[in-house]
Amino acid sequence: MAGVGGQGIVLASDALAEVAMLAGWDVKKSDALGMAQRGGSVVSHIRLGDKVYSPMIEKGKADILLAFEKLEGARWIGHLAPGGIAIVNDQAILPLSVSSGAEAYPADDEIVGILKSRTERFFVAPGEAIARGLGNIRTLNMIMLGFLSTILPIDLEMWRECIPRYVPSRFLELNLRAFAEGRARAPEMVARLRPVGTTR
Amino acid sequence: MKKLLSGNEAVALGAYHAGVTVAAAYPGTPSTEILENLARFDGIYAEWSTNEKVAMEVGMGAAYGGARALVSMKHVGLNVASDPFFGASVTGINGGLVVLSADDPGMHSSQNEQDNRHYAKFAKVPMLEPADSQEAYELMSLAFQVSEDFDTPVLFRTTTRISHCKSVVDVPEGLQPQPRPIGFKRDRQKYVMVPSHARPRHAIMEERLAKLAAYSESFPHNKMIAGERRLGIVSSGVAFQYAREVFPDASFLKLAMPYPLPEKLVRRFRRQVDQIVVVEELDPFIEEGLRAMGIKADGKRYFPITGELSVETVRKGAPTLRLAPAPSRPGEATAVKLPARPPRLCPGCPHTAANYALKRLSLKAPGLVVTGDIGCYTLAVYPPLQTLDTTACMGASIGQALGLEKAGVQSRIVAVIGDSTFMHSGITPLVDVVYNQGKTTVIILDNGTTAMTGHQGHPATGVSARGEQAQRVPLEDICRGAGVKDVNVVDAFDLPLIESTIRRCTETAAPSVIIVRGDCVLNGKVFGTALAVDADICNGCRSCLRLGCAALVKEGKKVRIDATLCVGEICGVCVLVCPQKAIQMKHKAGAREDAKNAKHEA
Repeated sequence: MAGVGGQGIVLASDALAEVAMLAGWDVKKSDALGMAQRGGSVVSHIRLGDKVYSPMIEKGKADILLAFEKLEGARWIGHLAPGGIAIVNDQAILPLSVSSGAEAYPADDEIVGILKSRTERFFVAPGEAIARGLGNIRTLNMIMLGFLSTILPIDLEMWRECIPRYVPSRFLELNLRAFAEGRARAPEMVARLRPVGTTR
Repeated sequence: MKKLLSGNEAVALGAYHAGVTVAAAYPGTPSTEILENLARFDGIYAEWSTNEKVAMEVGMGAAYGGARALVSMKHVGLNVASDPFFGASVTGINGGLVVLSADDPGMHSSQNEQDNRHYAKFAKVPMLEPADSQEAYELMSLAFQVSEDFDTPVLFRTTTRISHCKSVVDVPEGLQPQPRPIGFKRDRQKYVMVPSHARPRHAIMEERLAKLAAYSESFPHNKMIAGERRLGIVSSGVAFQYAREVFPDASFLKLAMPYPLPEKLVRRFRRQVDQIVVVEELDPFIEEGLRAMGIKADGKRYFPITGELSVETVRKGAPTLRLAPAPSRPGEATAVKLPARPPRLCPGCPHTAANYALKRLSLKAPGLVVTGDIGCYTLAVYPPLQTLDTTACMGASIGQALGLEKAGVQSRIVAVIGDSTFMHSGITPLVDVVYNQGKTTVIILDNGTTAMTGHQGHPATGVSARGEQAQRVPLEDICRGAGVKDVNVVDAFDLPLIESTIRRCTETAAPSVIIVRGDCVLNGKVFGTALAVDADICNGCRSCLRLGCAALVKEGKKVRIDATLCVGEICGVCVLVCPQKAIQMKHKAGAREDAKNAKHEA
């Protein structure tokens, strides 16, 4: 999972790792905390399998890249295995060098070109639009998990059990709605990306 | 029961189950969450200490009194705490004392990447190092056992990838901490280190080390994993995980107690393999230990001494060592250069205006030198603010400013330090300035929290580690008490007042303090309505972009405000910067008045 500090990536990756553990896998996950969280480029590595050693994914070996922001999707695509799945939120957050006019934010076709150089199995997802529709951009992480849940071999029940542990109870209903919205809008994506693995 | 825990959470739970009743720490990435987690348990006294040295002394005292105590800090914190740490090694303890050092190879959030394993050897104490959260949990109770059995503090070393990575931990259910007898047993030969008492203690320390070396031979978590004979890997910590992945068929000796080294075990392992390669992060600590035993071992010949290791670096470092052919590695995805996204000050950050004022002053004769410190404000070193000229370690800014002044540097000189950092180690240098008749100007950027590490309390906030009300120790009282007569408190968003105050203070011959006060924007502040640029008035001069606020976006020749990022009238610094008055704010005048009133009350 890659994105910008403040987008809720640590929470999303915590929830995913816990769900995977409930589903019976060995899990390790690694975050950037501290200085990197101040609006910088952040990445979480999540590994699941029968036995996991390194908590970090080797460059070029990730099965799935869940990018919360377009530029970060392009930046981290090299961590994806060739032909792997990339789900990229259609949102641009300008780095200071761009907002100050020193550099240009890459155009959409440039970003698509970079994604394509690694994989045909990518999907630019309307995560931001859904979040704004729900009236709260902070629901983006649950929407992204909703997308992800449709291609991971993990039962929906596990997600439903796990999400309440990670969001404050007064926002639970909103977050569950966000997760469901992500899932509901995913068929188009699933058609494009062949899902991986088998349910256990 | 299976739980997904970070290394820090596992350490805290392990310490709780081991019966820790006193915990002390100063926040520092990657160690912070240990104390945050301990503070949630009943029956544990957990404090944010003013700095790591104090934390260590609190831990020592508690251990002298019979309690099990955990002191945790980031690697550089142990430099601060090293004096009492060595002291505890000399006196020994009563209740167990575990000192946790969380190192940061790769410097994710640090100013250096020192390898604190050397501290174990230096202070002659045993060291444990977990390789995942499960081991972090299990080693904690062993650490206390070792501490009490051998009458020594134990160094518990983790690294960023152990502290912050989450992995599955099997936690025994129904475990209740066992209470220990509390009481201080007077023993002046042991606890009062005058030279005549300390000399025999040194001999005791050497005997203790020999006994610990014998113990390490049978330490339960030092593990031999039989594999092929051709390659024997010695490793510890997260490096073990990388090595297991790269060399799945090799033989392994995993050390969970890397100091003192188990010599017999290592020799037995040596006999079972053709060659020994040590995979360890940073310095060749284990490698040199093996070599000192006369055992041929390589390590840094293959793997970098700088930065953190990874599966990639281990794979790349040792192509000739591999037993199985390397899996194919995909090439780089793209050669396109993308705009970088370094961390920055947040929109609405109370540090922005002060740094902007410093930037303006630095452009005017006689120039300005800004000595800096450790905190969010260190980010002002990046463009466009670029105000800081030095940053070395916690609290260094004030002494450095005095040194520059005494060397005869003619520029204006100011020290910039945060509120928590000032409490940590800014007070003694401020006293030094007063005593030695310096004229240093100290700017305390008071955002009311320890922000960079995730908003922990400190003495000037009056909030305890449990988030409860504690006694507040006001910054201005400390400064006045230290003998500074020119103490100013200014609102963090009142740019003209900040600038004029700095100018005045740097022109006087007496020491001065400027407390720039405004709460951290991320610490529960209620945002206002986003401001807007009137495009008809904006002439595209871009003065506002020099603030480095992410909400100000250049669009064509003009600037607009990103309404999703702007925090509105609780900041409004851009309103004050715009020479065309193209950014309007209705409530700004009222807000200023409130701030002034607050200042008079202070």
